[in-house]
Amino acid sequence: MKISREDVEKVAVLARLELSSDEISALTGQMDAILSYVDKLNELETDHIVPTAHAVPLENAFRVDEIRPSIGAENALFSAPDRVNDFFRVPKVIE
Amino acid sequence: MKYQAVIGLEVHVQLKTNTKIFCGCSTQFGASPNSQTCPVCLGLPGALPVLNKKVVEYAIKAGLATNCAISPRSIFARKNYFYPDLPKGYQISQYELPICVKGHLDIDADLGAKRIGITRIHMEEDAGKLVHSDIPGLGSGSGVDLNRACTPLLEIVSEPDIRTADEAVAYLKKLHQIVVYLGICDGNMEEGSFRCDANVSVMRIGSDRFGTRTETKNVNSFRFVKQAIEYEIERQIELIEDGGKVVQETRLFDPNTGETRSMRGKEEAHDYRYFPDPDLVPLVISNDWVEDTRLSLPELPEAKLLRYQSEMGLTPYDAEVLTAVRELAEYFEACLAAGSQPKMAANWIMGEVTRGLNDNGLEIIACPVTPKQLAALLALIEKGTISGKIAKTVFDEMWQNGGEPAKIVEEKGLVQVSDTGEIEKIIDEIMAANMGQVEEYRGGKDKVFGFFVGQVMRASKGKANPAVVNDLLVKKLKG
Repeated sequence: MKISREDVEKVAVLARLELSSDEISALTGQMDAILSYVDKLNELETDHIVPTAHAVPLENAFRVDEIRPSIGAENALFSAPDRVNDFFRVPKVIE
Repeated sequence: MKYQAVIGLEVHVQLKTNTKIFCGCSTQFGASPNSQTCPVCLGLPGALPVLNKKVVEYAIKAGLATNCAISPRSIFARKNYFYPDLPKGYQISQYELPICVKGHLDIDADLGAKRIGITRIHMEEDAGKLVHSDIPGLGSGSGVDLNRACTPLLEIVSEPDIRTADEAVAYLKKLHQIVVYLGICDGNMEEGSFRCDANVSVMRIGSDRFGTRTETKNVNSFRFVKQAIEYEIERQIELIEDGGKVVQETRLFDPNTGETRSMRGKEEAHDYRYFPDPDLVPLVISNDWVEDTRLSLPELPEAKLLRYQSEMGLTPYDAEVLTAVRELAEYFEACLAAGSQPKMAANWIMGEVTRGLNDNGLEIIACPVTPKQLAALLALIEKGTISGKIAKTVFDEMWQNGGEPAKIVEEKGLVQVSDTGEIEKIIDEIMAANMGQVEEYRGGKDKVFGFFVGQVMRASKGKANPAVVNDLLVKKLKG
């Protein structure tokens, strides 16, 4: 087994997902199958290969430090589920 | 003392760029909430971050100034966690391959110079700001302002080489001075442009194993850093002495009580699951880029401090005062460029200029007397046109109403009188009016000499050349 039920529960907490017991069971099986499949790659000799973060061989994409117009508070807040004045409103964050 | 503290610092330096690290929104402080936002810094789906080149330049400068190696290749990573001030659910940072590594700073510690290692410097984006009160109609919630989200930061991580709160403050002050000298950070600690997390642990002296550390977050003044570290050291020692154990945790410093307290909560269970950010391509820095940047570095405070002593013969104290702030050093050097003698310029800047600035609550860049004008004034003293005492009057006039010193001297008739005939006449009158003191002097009471100098200077309204006055007085009094 590549992945345990506890692993799935932990990842669910980190991802802020609420899962039922059945879902955890199903996902444990599925994730284990996926990881076992990917594990095949370990059969390859990769000691001297630089890890690939990008499929495209591109580097150094820059912007110059010049101000571009922002979209403004109204547009920023347009889709917000809750707002107060020009702020997004979220449930009270404990200080 | 049976215990030894071990301290490492993580400093967040907000970079003084016009725009954010991954988008073109302004970084101007104090704008109305959420007015400086766009799809990238709001974390809207599909928006692509593009790296601000200036941030890379500033990071290279910071690395070179702190003796780091600049990584030829570095990449950005996602640091995953949920918090309402982080719109994407991850912070773009650097993890495995930061832009600068393995540097150091030398600080003045209790037992002489001490080298503090710098583990790494990496680039990252700041989060937004949470507001818990003072919003009309807020009710029970918290407000989120994303203007600060995506503002460029450097995180500078020290080795655990620091042993006392004073060393920590010395290291921070030095780092602060460097980033301000480099012009990459405004250094404003109250606005959070330079803030510090302190990792503190204690161990028994002689032990080779560090104790469990705590991290005290976001301490934003040198004084608070000292207080927070001292409190934390004492707390941990007492805990251990009482048979307890230090818990690895994040703590908050409360400036009102001078204490740190635990920040318990779910956020303690950090598991950031860093991975390379597929939206950002690798950053490759050529040797040429590094060397060009090296050439563009200003002279740093440490080098200036030494040069002011070795080349100009200033005292260590004078050199330190003049190099403390870059603008002050530049003012001083502009005076020298305009022909002033170093020692004289130093005395005037640390005396009259600083006094004027303090009295008026001004910074050196707002000094009403320009370096050229000050140099012109000092030249008048050196030429003997005016005395040092009169120069102070002229300086006050320049400060109040502006104008060139030579013109003020001429208009106010302040030219020093070196004409022996004129001064002799004054001396004769004063001697005639004070025969008693003349007799005293001749009777061997040397102290009366000062009385005569004072009288002559007063009669000449301070314009008599003191050297000439002295010479003539000696001759005349001896009879």
